[in-house]
Amino acid sequence: MASLRAYIITRILLTIPMVFILLTIVFFIMRAVGDPVTAIVGAHAPPEQVVRLREELGLNKPLIYQYFDYIIQLLRGDLGRSLIWGKRPVIAEILDHFPATVELTISAFIISIIIGVFLGVFSASSYGKPLDHTIRFAGIVTYALFIPWFGMMLQLIFGVYLGWLPIGGRIDPKMYPATITGLYVLDSILTWNFEALKSSILHLILPSITLGIVLSGVYIRITRSSMIEVLRQDFIIAAKARGLPDRIIVFKHALKNAFIPVLTMMGLQFAILLAGAVLTETTFSWPGMGTFLLERIQYRDFTTVQGTIVFFALLVAFVSLVVDIFYAFLDPRVRY
Amino acid sequence: MAGLVEHVGAIFSRRRAGRYTIIAGGLIVSTVFFMALFADIISPYNPIDFVAPPLQPPNKNFLMGTDALGRDILSRIIHGSRTVLTVALASSILSMLVGVTLGLFSGYSGGYMDRLLSLIMDSMYAFPGLILAITIAAILGQGLYNMIIAIAVVYIPTYFRMTRGQVLSLKEQLYVEAAKAIGADTKTIMFKYILPNLASTIIVVFTLNIADAILTEAGLSFLGLGISPPTPDWGFDLKAGQSFLISGYWWLITFPGLMVIILTIGFSLLGEGLNEALNPRLRKR
Repeated sequence: MASLRAYIITRILLTIPMVFILLTIVFFIMRAVGDPVTAIVGAHAPPEQVVRLREELGLNKPLIYQYFDYIIQLLRGDLGRSLIWGKRPVIAEILDHFPATVELTISAFIISIIIGVFLGVFSASSYGKPLDHTIRFAGIVTYALFIPWFGMMLQLIFGVYLGWLPIGGRIDPKMYPATITGLYVLDSILTWNFEALKSSILHLILPSITLGIVLSGVYIRITRSSMIEVLRQDFIIAAKARGLPDRIIVFKHALKNAFIPVLTMMGLQFAILLAGAVLTETTFSWPGMGTFLLERIQYRDFTTVQGTIVFFALLVAFVSLVVDIFYAFLDPRVRY
Repeated sequence: MAGLVEHVGAIFSRRRAGRYTIIAGGLIVSTVFFMALFADIISPYNPIDFVAPPLQPPNKNFLMGTDALGRDILSRIIHGSRTVLTVALASSILSMLVGVTLGLFSGYSGGYMDRLLSLIMDSMYAFPGLILAITIAAILGQGLYNMIIAIAVVYIPTYFRMTRGQVLSLKEQLYVEAAKAIGADTKTIMFKYILPNLASTIIVVFTLNIADAILTEAGLSFLGLGISPPTPDWGFDLKAGQSFLISGYWWLITFPGLMVIILTIGFSLLGEGLNEALNPRLRKR
């Protein structure tokens, strides 16, 4: 266990430079690529307004001072205040929208793995047959599925024509559950509010299926190739010789051994999951981080936009840390 | 260029499956290129003129119907291929040039600069691409060139990591040592001896990267951070059609989005096929 602890400590220390570099990249993009003040007030604003805003945001200081101000502010856990609507702290605004994104991404993640692993297994166990080719092609198509288009097609079919499911929002506005975690499905279960539970699940179905199917392609591919490898090994032939049914061989013996690459892929997919969530949220007016970011870009709320990106950067670093530690638990070879 | 000819020859002598993938992808891609090149001749109407009553469903005069402003959707689709191809190609070329050059120098010279650059590139690579592009596009503002830059920055790490990884193993090869022994300078070794060995990988990554760039371009335009209207653009037209979804006007959204998907599949198939033909060792089982 000592080596595991050493590994975790090293890994946490290694996260620090990554966070610093990500924060520096964000700073560089926000200040040096374009002029934030022009981005806020537009190119034809009166000069006195430009000067005032520049002072207010501390943008009149030399760049190196701005950078240290920014880093020191972040070390204090302060993301600044919004430029619009009551100037709330950015972190409070982010925490208002973050649970919606968590709810969407978790359910999409689960759906993508279920679809991907099942199709991958079927594809591998009918290797070379028409079913295999069909599933492989479906894998390429899911990768290319443009999320807004796919989401709108589902909205059109299940929302507009069939009228089965709502096409936007997180829940019926009349029945918000009491906020405990901010995840509506979980909150409604915790408060035994079944009307809210039904409404929040119905709202969740289309967005999470959209994102889940789009992300499933990569799991189809990785499960398929890993299963093909495993199904060729001697212990599978031995199991067949003992007369075990195919279903047991494939799902119990083979899948268990083919699963490590799938797990690895889950960790690598996090960035793609987040990017996909931005498009899914905008398509379904899902009030999460993506919708929030785009809305504030339109209002030219510079500090909030910067704070949200910083938050995304910290999230990426945090998740990659957690994933690596998780592997170290699972696979002793990682702890070098 | 001799290398490329050999590669093209190799494509058609290797596995059949790879060949069909290339042909299918190539057909899709060349059709869209044809659309873009001859857009003025083949499109029935001017894409930004109000030619008919708005919101007409597909009929024999307007094969894909008309949009909310009475513009012909088919003509907008045909002309929209220009925007998406321009942005996807230009941004991929830009990130290839920067990424491959940095990767070559970084991998070959090593040392502190290499470590720092790798750390920066790895961090950028870990960050969600679309969100990075959104940030850059938001700061730069709307417009064709800004969109190209935003997308190009996102994919630099892809080329950098691929190039650097290959250079690290290639520079240990005997022929590089031989080149050093006969007194070839660093520039010659990098560009004449190492770079040509990367060509086939770069071609594959470039093709697959264009597929990614198309999705990112469409995503940015859909989010309102792309090209400014009324220039035809598939992603933007999809966004414009979204407000009419509730009324069931399916033709406003179906066609632009479908084009994004078809073109992405085209480049993906092309890349997959090229990969099978050019890199037999990396071929999937």
